[in-house]
Amino acid sequence: MIYLDNAATTKMSETAIKAMFSAVNEVYGNPSSLHSVGQKAAEALQNARETIAGLIGAKPNEITFTSGGSEADNQAIISAARLGEKKGKKHIISTAFEHHAVLHTLNRLEKQGFEITLLDVGEKGLITADQVEKAIRPDTCLVTVMYANNEIGTIQPIAEIGAVCREKGVTFHTDAVQAAGHIKLNVTEQNIDMLSISAHKFHGPKGVGVLYAKRGIALTNLIDGGAQERGKRAGTEDVPAIIGMAAAFKEACENIENDSLKVRALRDRLISGISKIPHSILNGDPTQRLDGNVNFCFEGIEGESLLLLLDDKGICASSGSACTSGSLDPSHVLLAIGRVHDIAHGSLRLSLSAENTEEEIDYTIKAVREVVEYLRSISPIWRDLVSGKKEFVIKEA
Amino acid sequence: MALYSEKVMDHFRNPRNVGVIEDADGIGEVGNAKCGDIMKIYLKIENDIIVDVKFETFGCGSAIASSSMATELIKGKPLSEALTLTNKAVVEALDGLPTHKIHCSVLAEEAIKLALKDYYEKNGIDYDRSQFPSCESCDHCCGH
Ligand SMILES: Cc1ncc(COP(=O)(O)O)c(C=O)c1O
Repeated sequence: MIYLDNAATTKMSETAIKAMFSAVNEVYGNPSSLHSVGQKAAEALQNARETIAGLIGAKPNEITFTSGGSEADNQAIISAARLGEKKGKKHIISTAFEHHAVLHTLNRLEKQGFEITLLDVGEKGLITADQVEKAIRPDTCLVTVMYANNEIGTIQPIAEIGAVCREKGVTFHTDAVQAAGHIKLNVTEQNIDMLSISAHKFHGPKGVGVLYAKRGIALTNLIDGGAQERGKRAGTEDVPAIIGMAAAFKEACENIENDSLKVRALRDRLISGISKIPHSILNGDPTQRLDGNVNFCFEGIEGESLLLLLDDKGICASSGSACTSGSLDPSHVLLAIGRVHDIAHGSLRLSLSAENTEEEIDYTIKAVREVVEYLRSISPIWRDLVSGKKEFVIKEA
Repeated sequence: MALYSEKVMDHFRNPRNVGVIEDADGIGEVGNAKCGDIMKIYLKIENDIIVDVKFETFGCGSAIASSSMATELIKGKPLSEALTLTNKAVVEALDGLPTHKIHCSVLAEEAIKLALKDYYEKNGIDYDRSQFPSCESCDHCCGH
């Protein structure tokens, strides 16, 4: 099996598994209990908090453990909205290609009377600090821009956007779920007020994440109950998962430079191989992108059948076609960068990790080429394109 | 993947009757690229019998499997029988389709009906219009 769906989720690292397993065995107490077994768990929790805070340039009490990236995004946005509302500020700036955890939360706020500006991400899937600056109004209470896009991998100029927001006095949140553990983060240097992390994207466990909120930003509870997480997120902590997350994050951050070089080389090899397929186009910017992200559209074919046939060849991938999203429309990310429906249906995302090898990449290039050629050979659209009855959308250079 | 039955996967992996008939007697094309599926059916008809059928499909796994199964179900059959083919029969022959994929079987039924209509019209043969739903009545279209 060649696993090329690391943007969906990653396999847990040995380090994370070991840390988590020993925690399951040994740190079973409730961190809120006063006895020694409970206090041992409280101590382990605090260590994990300090480790994670240290790795992103934050203070331990600015870290809130959550059930993952979605919860962190929801809580960050709702909290900033509630704080804004109190001051009569009900305008939020974001982008058209955020994860649904952000977009759906913004939709909800819109129904509650907030005004949402979604910045155009252009054909390359990049926004500028200048765009943000121009969109900020006196009643803007939050700017939320994802660090790196989960489908097309583009990396936004986060530090610059943060600087603009800081200057204008607007709270800045970034969904760093795809960036954490893959790109060096520093909330202080990058002027970030709030940031979301999810452990399962950097070889940690699923169902656990972090919301960083700068000191002074009062969080709104999404879950009420006990006094865990300074009273901001009730529920007995999943101590083993949190310990597993801290171990995975530490390992990922320590290896960023090495892994980055290796993965980027594999990515560029894959991009160059797949680019040779006629009437294919790379989605996103060729260089301002995550080391592990490859995303293409192929004219004349549909993504789900592409995925199923790749799976038959032992390759795990993903697509933004409507058939795979379970909705009628193809990926909102591909539509946001201007891909028309017909083309967006034929998309393929391959997301790499440092565990992939050159052999796997070469096999994948060959497999993708074969499957695309086969699906085109049975596609009525392809016949019309080749015979000139229809015009190609993706032109050959 | 457990998304589809083994029958669906078999017809998807090894589709029967793929291709074109250059001198087809009837051709039917349904769907649109915007929605992510297009099916094209080619019929060769002799003495009111479908002596050959081929298809081309742009679409997901179930669209390809539905086309394959539908063509199998009408191959060698008299036109009168092909006209009564329903999407339900296609779904049953495939051992079921996920609910959100049922429209693929509807497309297969419609493509065949359209190809038959094309044959009747090309040859000036009178036919019962009530057997051919007008496209406006499709409720499975993706709404674009
Ligand atoms: C950019 C981005 N944000 C948020 C999420 C949601 O994270 P989680 O699955 O931990 O809720 C994901 C992953 O699915 C993501 O890629």
